[in-house]
Order: sequence, then structure tokens, then C-alpha cells
Amino acid sequence: MTLLLRLFLSFMEIGMFTFGGGYAMLPLIQREIIDVNGWLTMEQFLDIVAVAEMTPGPIAINSATFVGYRVAGVLGSLVATFGVVLPSFVIVLIIAALFKRFKYLASVQAASKGIRSAVVALIALAVWSFGKEVIHVPLHAIIGLVAFALSHFLRWHPLIVLGLAGLTGLLFLG
Amino acid sequence: MSRKVQSDINWHLLWDLFFTFLRIGAFTIGGGYAMLPLIQKETVEKKQWVGEEEFAEIIGLSQTAPGAIAINSSVYLGFRVAGVSGAIFAVTGMVVPSLLIILTIAVFFERFSTISAVKAIFNGVRPAVMGLILAALFKIGKSVLKNMTSFIIFVVMLLIGAIFDLHPVLIILMAALAGIIFLNDKNKNKKEEKEVEKA
Repeated sequence: MTLLLRLFLSFMEIGMFTFGGGYAMLPLIQREIIDVNGWLTMEQFLDIVAVAEMTPGPIAINSATFVGYRVAGVLGSLVATFGVVLPSFVIVLIIAALFKRFKYLASVQAASKGIRSAVVALIALAVWSFGKEVIHVPLHAIIGLVAFALSHFLRWHPLIVLGLAGLTGLLFLG
Repeated sequence: MSRKVQSDINWHLLWDLFFTFLRIGAFTIGGGYAMLPLIQKETVEKKQWVGEEEFAEIIGLSQTAPGAIAINSSVYLGFRVAGVSGAIFAVTGMVVPSLLIILTIAVFFERFSTISAVKAIFNGVRPAVMGLILAALFKIGKSVLKNMTSFIIFVVMLLIGAIFDLHPVLIILMAALAGIIFLNDKNKNKKEEKEVEKA
């Protein structure tokens, strides 16, 4: 299989099974892009997430474009982005045109609740495995915890949190 | 003849959709959920393409369907306003700013990432990204794990994921099945369906 086709199929799978926002993509990207295909390292991927957080647009699209470019250039970025959008496009159109009451079907609601619980578990597992990879010195752990606190308790904007972390890195982690 | 062809496709409306979602995509930092207020302002208040209630409906559905919420809602809104071509114009508008901005950054990133100052910055940023994801995890967890059954499904999937090296898709499918078996609230749903039929 050619690289572009594999990239397309991987991101189509990621788009099809992402439930509940950008971070729900993390476990899928980790599996497909890092573990299975070895296209990126965890550190490279986290850099991409950081850039995706700091730039406009949905995180899912930003990650797909960036990963696609790193793997196969401009064509790769187009293919990955198209792949991640296509399942949404088809599924939402079908729902919009045919099953307006889709959301109210008892089994859809029940399945969706089950999936949400699993997504929380999957993101927790991804945080654990990424964390092991990223935290080498005590300052890393401190930055992580402070960022968590600033975002969770004080609801600071990600842009400011990441900006401060970058400054800390520049001063103490060079 | 040519007049009829023109009236078949409302190019003005399609480009309006494209540029509206282009603006939304270009000016919101922080992902899909950060976009919702802007999408609401542009499509409900300014352009009045849909009403408040239908907007809430569309967002609810965009969260249930797979994929990014920003993409799903742009497809649905585009379709509601101008059919399948509306959906294509809206989603393209949403994607294009990200694509161009990220491509530009990616091209320079390759060059800059070897500079030691840039390396130092990212050494600081990476653990902060973990902190942000952890904060998002708490937020999602709080809204999702509201009852005992949801919590048990969470714990079981966490254990399965930690012990066995399973593909996330498999875990999602198992959880969907578990949800259908254990979280099916039939009475409540019948009531809601009746309400929908009335409306």
C-alpha cells in the first residue's frame, strides 16, 4: 500500500471513531500514527498538539494537517485532512437528511453514553503513557501540574498557559 | 435558459456560507468547543440561518456523531441552509484557514525545531500540554461519569485498556455495546420521542 493511501485510511479511521472533541483523538492517533506506523515519536506528536492548541481552528484538523505534512509533505497534509473530515461529512449528511430523530433513538443515546465513559478512560491512558515519555526532570512535572492548575481551577486560556510554559522552558530547560 | 440555471444554484448563499465558516475557522483558538459561541453568533444572530432551538439541536447531534464538533456542525448547518453543496462550502470554509496556517507553520517548524532556543521552549511546552489535557480530562470526566453505571464502564474500560494492548476502536465498540445493554433508559426516551413528535 502506498504511503498516501495508508495515511488517508489511518485518518479516516481516526475521524470515524473520534467521539467527543479533539482530545478524544489522542488515543487513536497514538495507536495509528505512533505505535502502528511509527510515523512520529510521542515528543513530536506533543509538539504538534501544542502548535494545534496555539493556532486557530479545530484541534482535529490542525493535528491531521500537521501530521500529514510531517509524514508526506503538502500532499500528505491534504490527504490526512480530507481523510479525517470525510467520515464526519458522510455520517452527518445521512443523519441530517434521513434520521432527524437519530439522537433520540434510545439505543443511540445509550451507546453514546457508553462511548463517552470509554473515551474518558482512553484519554486517561493516553495521558499516562505520554506523561511517562515527557517527564524526565522534576521541573517537567512541576510545569505539568501548574499548567493543570491554571487551566482547571483558574480557567486560563491555553494560549497563555502554553506561552508561560514556553518561557519557563527557554529560561530553565535550555 | 441561463437565468434558470442561475436560480438553481444560489452562488451568493454558497459563498456566504463559505466565508462565514472561514471567519469562524480563522479566528477561534482552542478547538471546537471554543468555536460554539462564535458559530452561534454568526449563524443564529447575524445571518439568522437557523433558530436558537434548532441550533441547540444541531450542536447536540454534532456531539453524538463521530468526528470533530466544529466539522460536524458546519456540515449540518451548511446542509440545512443550502443542501449538499451548502455542506461542502461550509466545511471547506471551516477547514481552509487551519490547513493554510498549519502548513505555513509546519514548513518553518522543520527548520526552526533544530535551534536550541526553540528546543528549550518546547521542552517547557510539552509537559504543559499534558497539564492541559489532564484539565480537559477532569472536565469531560465530571460531565460524563454522573451515575454508577457510567463510572463502572469507565473503570472496566480503563482496566481493559491498561492490561490488554487493545486498539482504541475495539474499546469504543465494547463500550457502545455496554451502554446499549446497561444504560438504556427506555421510559425516558419514549417520553422524549413523544415530545419530539408533538413538536
